[in-house]
Amino acid sequence: MKKVKRTLGMMALAATTVLTVSCKDVNKNEPAAPMSNEMHQESIDDKDDMAMNDNQDAKAEAILNDYFNLKDALVGDDNDKAKQLGATLASTLGSFDASSYSDSEQQELKDIMEDAIEHAEHISESDMAHQREHFKILSKDVTDMVAITGTEMKIYEQFCPMYNNNEGGAWLSMNEEIRNPYFGDKMLKCGKVQREIN
Amino acid sequence: MVENQVPATIKNRLQVSCYDCHSNNTDYPWYSKIQPAAWFLEDHIQEGKDELNFNEWATYSDRRKNSKLRSIISQIEEDKMPLDSYTLIHKDAILSDEYKRMIIDYMTALKDSLE
Ligand code: HEC
Repeated sequence: MKKVKRTLGMMALAATTVLTVSCKDVNKNEPAAPMSNEMHQESIDDKDDMAMNDNQDAKAEAILNDYFNLKDALVGDDNDKAKQLGATLASTLGSFDASSYSDSEQQELKDIMEDAIEHAEHISESDMAHQREHFKILSKDVTDMVAITGTEMKIYEQFCPMYNNNEGGAWLSMNEEIRNPYFGDKMLKCGKVQREIN
Repeated sequence: MVENQVPATIKNRLQVSCYDCHSNNTDYPWYSKIQPAAWFLEDHIQEGKDELNFNEWATYSDRRKNSKLRSIISQIEEDKMPLDSYTLIHKDAILSDEYKRMIIDYMTALKDSLE
């Protein structure tokens, strides 16, 4: 059993490697993440699939909504609320259905979800400092997800260079105005918009 | 463990300090000798392996490796790993400052190579 799992894992790994390469190539040509939405539709010609695709985006939107709620709890320095919302997000991530995407996108999405779930689960059981550490990597996962799924929402990618001893930390927000989830009340306005999605 | 050519000193250090809880080759004798602590540690081994299992490293996606490396670095920086409850009875697992730096530098380089 273990052996099977391992073998599958390796195959998955091999697949990702190939995939990562091709994704990178795409990124070079396509300046902004939402473009992948178009790519997506190109490869799907029949109407039923289009409808499924819309569903997909709704799912990505559910993840984004949970993510934004979690971010707001961190902005508000609310440890307990962030724990609850971390758990909510973990279950939404777990129910994400990638079946309407291409094989390579599915593999990438699977890696993203697996990683993101782990971070969301940690957030559901940690103190604030640790929640923020995990939120940083979670934010990258969600950003990479959006690059594949696209979204109808207008999103701002924001960045504060001071988080974690000047290593910096990025996050996504629906509001242009900066409200920093890594510092909360201590430095609510650290950051700037670094990219607009849509 | 991690990648093909992990320097031997680092590998040995990880084996002594981390493998009992983060690999499939748990050195069982040490803890079965100290019965009262056994249930507690057994739990920790399962939990530790769920978090990070060096034997399954090759099956992690690059994204996941990246997350794990990040986490290893911060656990060591913050002196959270190896667990105090373990180093209490396993003194040789304690990481000296020198080893901490060596492991952190190595893991950081590995992480950067994945990004
Ligand atoms: C006595 C058992 C034990 C030893 C020895 C041990 N760990 Fe752990 N480790 C755990 C347990 C239990 C958890 C999960 C619960 C927690 O985070 O406290 C864990 C969690 C972790 C995590 C994930 C933490 C997070 O929350 O992101 C990392 C990374 C880690 N350990 C690295 C190490 C490293 C590196 C070493 C050796 C230097 C080590 N551990 C030694 C038991 C152990």
